[in-house]
Amino acid sequence: MASTRRGLPEINAGSMADIAFLLLIFFLVTTTMDVDTGIARKLPPMPEEELQEDDSQIHAKNIYVVLINANNQLLVEGELMDISQLRDGAKDFINNNGRDPNSSENPEKAIISLQNDRGTEYMTYIRVQNELAAAYNELRNKASLNKFGERYADLNKTQKKEIRKMYPQKISEAEPKNIGGNE
Amino acid sequence: MSKFRKDGKKGMPAISTASLPDIVFMLLFFFMVTTVMRETTLFVSVVTPKATEIKKMEKKSLVSYIYIGSPIKRMQASYGSAARIQLNDAFAEVGEIQEFIATEREARDEKEIPYMTTSIKADETVKMGIISDVKQELRKANALKINYSTRKGDY
Repeated sequence: MASTRRGLPEINAGSMADIAFLLLIFFLVTTTMDVDTGIARKLPPMPEEELQEDDSQIHAKNIYVVLINANNQLLVEGELMDISQLRDGAKDFINNNGRDPNSSENPEKAIISLQNDRGTEYMTYIRVQNELAAAYNELRNKASLNKFGERYADLNKTQKKEIRKMYPQKISEAEPKNIGGNE
Repeated sequence: MSKFRKDGKKGMPAISTASLPDIVFMLLFFFMVTTVMRETTLFVSVVTPKATEIKKMEKKSLVSYIYIGSPIKRMQASYGSAARIQLNDAFAEVGEIQEFIATEREARDEKEIPYMTTSIKADETVKMGIISDVKQELRKANALKINYSTRKGDY
């Protein structure tokens, strides 16, 4: 120890901090956790054994039936439909306000019923969910632009609540059927 | 700048910066340790479907993950290529999900339980049958907040 001190001059440790900082920043930048994104949904609670829900009170015209079969084809309100048309179809249905007597009375009563087969591909299912969510989001956006002059995402909590009340997102999922046979 | 130096030189001796690296290293280690990615080793290959109407997941610590997909190549010899469920670090059957949710709940504070979310990370080619089974189990376990993990993208 003594010999080194006498021999060479002490190494300047001042720049060590810079090196460490560099490393620190490197780690801070590279360990960005990839943000998880997804479509949030709420499952209905398990029904009580005896208490079966009485769906008969809901008028059939207020229900928008979307069926997906094992071949990933869509049957919407009894008609074959391409997935790209679903968004507009759902929007028309929700925003009908009694114009078409066979469609929903108003957005608050409109319910979208979704049923898939056990053989449906997950991708198709998500796409349908996405289109339905998009239909609601577009309607909400339009309503909030009309009412508050801002996009739905920029509204404050009470304003959002109001818009949500105008367009409640009611997507009901029936238990899947196994028509397609194979799993 | 010059004013500074003059003062310092005249008044007190310069503070030794030799310990600064130690402090910074401490910070460095802190970050390295805390930003551990809780990435379980995946035994199933998962390519999540694309979607546009997505939301960011809020509290990561309150999220439990369920992976669904076909086993990776290395595992296919022993497990086949049919879609399977992975919980934590092992393959699981549908019936084990309730237990999984229960242990996840136990690990959290009681107040946080209502905010817990279950993220379903399923491969886009998986059939809905297995997903429906998982959903039914989650309903039975009363874990109703779910999130279909997707990536951003248009079709």
